[in-house]
Amino acid sequence: MPYSTVLFTISSFRKQLGVLFFSAFLSLPSIAGHVDTAISDNHSHHQNEGKKSTKFDAGKMIMDHISDSHDWHLWGEGHGAVSIYLPVILYVKSKGLLVFMSSKFEHGHKSYLGFVLNKENKVVWESSDTIEPIYDISITKNVAAMFVSVLTLLILVIGMASSYKKRAGKAPKGIHNLIEPLILFIRDDVTKPALGQKTDRFMPFLLTIFFFIFVNNLFGLIPIFPGGANVTGNIAIAMVLATLIFLTVNLKAKKQYWKHIFLPDVPIWMYVIIIPIEILGLVLKPFVLMLRLFANITAGHIIILGFFSLIFIFGAMHPGVGYIVSPFVVAFAIFMSLLELLVAFLQAYVFTLLSAIYIGMALEEDHH
Amino acid sequence: MQLVTPAIGLVFWMILTFSMVLVILKKYAWNPILSSIREREKTIEDSLLLAEKTQADMIRFQGENESLLAEARKERDLMLKESREMRDKIIGDAKTIADEEAKKLINRAQDEIEKQKAAAIDELKREVSVFSVQIAEKLMQQHLENNDAQKAIIEKQLSQLN
Repeated sequence: MPYSTVLFTISSFRKQLGVLFFSAFLSLPSIAGHVDTAISDNHSHHQNEGKKSTKFDAGKMIMDHISDSHDWHLWGEGHGAVSIYLPVILYVKSKGLLVFMSSKFEHGHKSYLGFVLNKENKVVWESSDTIEPIYDISITKNVAAMFVSVLTLLILVIGMASSYKKRAGKAPKGIHNLIEPLILFIRDDVTKPALGQKTDRFMPFLLTIFFFIFVNNLFGLIPIFPGGANVTGNIAIAMVLATLIFLTVNLKAKKQYWKHIFLPDVPIWMYVIIIPIEILGLVLKPFVLMLRLFANITAGHIIILGFFSLIFIFGAMHPGVGYIVSPFVVAFAIFMSLLELLVAFLQAYVFTLLSAIYIGMALEEDHH
Repeated sequence: MQLVTPAIGLVFWMILTFSMVLVILKKYAWNPILSSIREREKTIEDSLLLAEKTQADMIRFQGENESLLAEARKERDLMLKESREMRDKIIGDAKTIADEEAKKLINRAQDEIEKQKAAAIDELKREVSVFSVQIAEKLMQQHLENNDAQKAIIEKQLSQLN
């Protein structure tokens, strides 16, 4: 298959990048830690008030940005921060369904109804003695960001569909030229080679997957509200998408697919090795699908945030150094943002392509 | 660890949102868009096929026209040839008839001429005999009383003329 070779090159390239990004990310907290101590040492000789505001923890900042939270931070730091508070929805067996605004916690400074926000921005019991599970189905930052991007997608695509009815049978025009090539690309170059005759049946599903990932990736690249959330780079989102593929593949699979797993064309004694491998592959395929999307998108966010952190890390040493470093950092961040634009498309494409191939493999009929 | 631990709330909202998006887009976007794309592709294909067919028709018509034209030309040539032959035949016929007629006329004229000639000779003979007689009369009137024998010779000569 020509596809798989392309994919392997892409994925291996991405893997290398991912490793690079992760190593950058892992080394950041330690750098930040050193800077912190240096700064606090310096400033402890002077006044105590200034000490807090000059502290900059790159690792914490990056983690705050890429992980979910109960408020949507817009700008500012500490007490001057401006954020949108999002509703907290909790289900606890003994208390029932609880709905309140996250402003009640005052950024983790206060407890409300016996709950507090911990350091990871999660709602936990105030007293560590209570062990009753909390089902947190709050509208978090990622959920809200997902709503925004999905709404945009709905308006864009449904608007396009309605204008199709008006211009039935005519050449595409205006917004059609933006989305139609993508639809045709997904249909003719991604789905058809894998699914052949059955393409039309899976088109809505695969198109939704592609556009969902693509639009969320793009929104993630917008640095200001309502973008910037790390939606597709969140493991939960990637997990649900991969699970959907897993379910589709295994529920729609034909006899040939199961025969290939449990009765492969190898000598009987090799079943001991082959069958566990095949069963592992069954789970591994969607798992890798999930990991690839999560790692690529998260790495993209981390690298750009890491670059920006450099300004503040150097700025903390001396403001002049910060100013000198910033043009280079901005140039690099622009380069990375452009690369991430490509990655945003590439990841949506790869996810859809692999899903199509997996489904195609499961639907293969006996033709030996 | 927090980064790779899926939050239950997000999973819940993701499943809800994604399935809603899937259903809505399938009904209101993908199906109409895909069907209209298919329709348009069909229209384009049909148009191309029609154009191809029309072109083939055109070529066929052109061939037909040419063969028709060639046939017409052949027919015209045939007609021309026929008419030329007809003309030649008519002219030839007319010539033979005219020749015969002319020959007839000439023959008749010759006959007439012969007849006239014979009549003229007869006339001349009579005239000559009359003149001769008159001359002879005059001669004789002068000499006859002299010689009866001479008169007999003249008579003899005259009879010989007849």
